[in-house]
Amino acid sequence: MRLRLTSTLAACLLALAGCGASTTGTVSSSATAPGQLSGTITVFAASSLKESFTAIGAAFEAANPGTKVVFDFGASSTLATQITQKAPADVFAAASQKTMDTVTGAGAATGDKVFAVNTMEIATPPKPTMPVTSLADLAKPGVKVAVCQKDVPCGAAAVKLFDQNKLSVTPVTEEVDVKSVLSKVVLGEVDAGVVYVTDVKAAKDTVVGVEIPKDQNVTTKYPIAPITASANPALAKAFVDYVLSAAGQGALTAAGFASP
Amino acid sequence: MTRRDRPVTAPPWPVAVPAALALLFLGLPLLGLVVKAPWSRMWSLLTSPTSLDALRLSLVTSTAATGVALVLGVPLAWLLARGDFRGRGFVRALVTVPLVLPPVVGGIALLLAFGRRGILGQYLDSCCGVALPFTTPGVVVAEAFVAMPFLVITVEGALRGLDTSLEDAAATLGATRLTVFRRVTLPLILPSIVAGLVLTFARALGEFGATITFAGNLQGVTRTLPLAVYVGLEGDLSDAIALSLVLLGVSVVILVALRDQWLRTGASS
Repeated sequence: MRLRLTSTLAACLLALAGCGASTTGTVSSSATAPGQLSGTITVFAASSLKESFTAIGAAFEAANPGTKVVFDFGASSTLATQITQKAPADVFAAASQKTMDTVTGAGAATGDKVFAVNTMEIATPPKPTMPVTSLADLAKPGVKVAVCQKDVPCGAAAVKLFDQNKLSVTPVTEEVDVKSVLSKVVLGEVDAGVVYVTDVKAAKDTVVGVEIPKDQNVTTKYPIAPITASANPALAKAFVDYVLSAAGQGALTAAGFASP
Repeated sequence: MTRRDRPVTAPPWPVAVPAALALLFLGLPLLGLVVKAPWSRMWSLLTSPTSLDALRLSLVTSTAATGVALVLGVPLAWLLARGDFRGRGFVRALVTVPLVLPPVVGGIALLLAFGRRGILGQYLDSCCGVALPFTTPGVVVAEAFVAMPFLVITVEGALRGLDTSLEDAAATLGATRLTVFRRVTLPLILPSIVAGLVLTFARALGEFGATITFAGNLQGVTRTLPLAVYVGLEGDLSDAIALSLVLLGVSVVILVALRDQWLRTGASS
């Protein structure tokens, strides 16, 4: 009995090293007839694009019957690492030029275009413990601030935001992506989170946004590119074109992005 | 309980082929870590301030979580094995839940209980100014939550498998209940307690999901080794691989230690 129990536990040991990483396993099928789009593509997109790209994907599928767009949302830098490690992506939409450059630099994508511009905003819980009403409040002692970790575009933007306004902010946590920052705000665990304007808009009434004046704010450009190794390059290109088209731009503007 | 004494024969191919595949499947990723490791820069990667912070934090929090599990878990195991009360099956199921629960879910549950707005956390915050999220004690809480069931279940199993006649004999010879526990029960289940502690420590060391969700992610405060590996994925991949190797090394050491443990218990019983 004891032996059997301990050997069951030994099996659990194998699960020790890591729990929680996400994986994607969609295989793209290629288009057949020229001129007619079909098949499935996988789009790797920054977390902050979740709402707008989900809407764009649905509209694209409706406009092109027989096609399917699958999304993998995550921190741009994680996605970039996965793409350079040959993850089966067809399109990459990043939250920073620097992240896109690591992918194009590795030869995994070419011809990236900026399709949207985002700015930062402070998200606060609806019932604040420590009220935050301005950017300067983030540097006050006792105010708990969540930001993205420095290697992630939203984290780099937060660092730049604090630097250019000469603020000394000590965050209580550096989250892995922007949606994790937002969830800490929604739960009221922090007094403020530095996120994108679009995240505050997407979170609706679960958070209260504190706008950052334009002259203090930083902007982030979002580039998109088809992946060179795509099994369905025609569909990948069509999706990129759709994001850049009036229809795609409309969905992005509705989500709070500015056009490039 | 006894070893099987069947003669070893060559396995038939329907067994040998899938078994070899399974071995390859389990072994190859680990080999990948070792082969792709940046060996020439290993020392500098592991002695960087970020790595050292993560190493120190992981050792401190895992040890603390194991201590919490020992102090609270062994009595709970005793209660489950020997206690006679209604709803024992339910309690046992409850103890097992963190074993199968995705750690991220555990982290959210911890936030909702001990967070600043949590059912208990809000009182801790208002009465005593205690806030667990984003603190090192918060990491210990997350790790203990996920790892303690390993100890409870291992020790409970040992207590159940125990021959109670030895304890009865001690009692008839006039030993008090405490003396029986201390002089008879404890020495008998000690190997299982040690094995449970090692498993608990190992699980706490590898904890990722509950920690990052409940305790956050800040260098020197809450960024343990697995979190540092994840952060490394965003930046320098070789950093992530180097730290992964440390975790792999510790896991191997623990497995070897446990194997000896099993051999000893196997021989003594």
